[in-house]
Amino acid sequence: MRAPAPRGPLSQTVLTALTSGSIDADLPDLAAARIAAVPDLAGDEDIQLSLTLLYELHHQGLDGVDDALEWHPDLLRTRAVIEREYEVQLRAAVTVPADLRPEPTPQSVAAALFDLTGRDDGPSLSAYVGKKATDDQLHELLKHRSVYQLKEADPHTWAIPRLLGEPKAALVEIQADEYGGGRPERMHAALFARTMRGLGLDDTYGRYVDEVPALTLASVNMMSMFGLHRRLRGCIVGHLAAFEMTSSQPNRQYGNGFRRHGYDADVTWYFDEHVEADAVHEQIAGRDLAGGLVAQQPELLDDVLFGAAACLHADGRVGGYLIDRWSAGETSLRTVAA
Amino acid sequence: MTDAPVVLVACPDGPILVRGEVEIRDADGAVVPRRRSTVALCRCGASAIKPFCDGSHKAIGFRTDDEGSRPPEPLT
Repeated sequence: MRAPAPRGPLSQTVLTALTSGSIDADLPDLAAARIAAVPDLAGDEDIQLSLTLLYELHHQGLDGVDDALEWHPDLLRTRAVIEREYEVQLRAAVTVPADLRPEPTPQSVAAALFDLTGRDDGPSLSAYVGKKATDDQLHELLKHRSVYQLKEADPHTWAIPRLLGEPKAALVEIQADEYGGGRPERMHAALFARTMRGLGLDDTYGRYVDEVPALTLASVNMMSMFGLHRRLRGCIVGHLAAFEMTSSQPNRQYGNGFRRHGYDADVTWYFDEHVEADAVHEQIAGRDLAGGLVAQQPELLDDVLFGAAACLHADGRVGGYLIDRWSAGETSLRTVAA
Repeated sequence: MTDAPVVLVACPDGPILVRGEVEIRDADGAVVPRRRSTVALCRCGASAIKPFCDGSHKAIGFRTDDEGSRPPEPLT
């Protein structure tokens, strides 16, 4: 990915370290000092971009940056400093309803996750897009989504070798479908790229990172954090279940928004595909994956529920932000110097 | 894989998941194209992409409470 522009002192220092290959041993201390003054890491541009840069070393890498830096101890320490506080803040901000106390059985866990994801208490971005969004706002939506959708499914794939038996088979079954069932042109990331091209956007991986705000990066960074840590395998599994359970009908509405502006089936293919695919995935993810994991390891129940609630929380913040900006007649993107 | 039995899972309050090689036909006998190896068939009646599920059962509150999770005990 092309290296994005820095957004403050920490991301500037991280970028310089990455591109020069000279990592100052004080970098973790700088990160610690920087986050100490930030009550909401998810909304901080400098910190979220720093995390994005550090996680990208584990995804597709950064242009001009030595691949070996992925495992540089001082970069890992820096990432750990930010992650520790980010996880603390997420656990404080995300609420799992107290009445959700499923038994450690696949059926009970699936029912609890469907219950949780069915408690819709926020404004609906998909409804806004379906009914109101302008053509410019559709372009903005795709730019936000491109940060994740061009690597769609990747953070959850990291969980596969951390699972055994039924939940592992379930995750592989879902991910195989996400990755096109052996046909690269049907990979969900490839379908999304097609939608972007249909709107005249550049589908290069990471092309619009500079334009999206911290909250958008924060939702993707949260997935990378959950996916990279075996300790958090319950969280990434719960996240996937919630993601799939809040996808089918919203994607119909997203597709309607593009149809309303005259875009053809080639552009809406991505959304139409998710209407059908995620109605399958949500069943597998709820029962066989999340339920299967909790049946094997009941101590992971709280993290599965937290991961699911964290998904709703992070997506809800992004959705609320977009609706607020658009309703005020403003752009939801950052102004980037040409 | 083709020798494996087809497995259908009746999902509580939801669709029927179908795993395995099976041909799906519409009322006129035409083959319904299958785009993924595991499919979900609508059984609430509200899907807009029948015979496949689109998650509409959640919106209409479809329930399968009367469906036991295992066969009923035989009457003695």
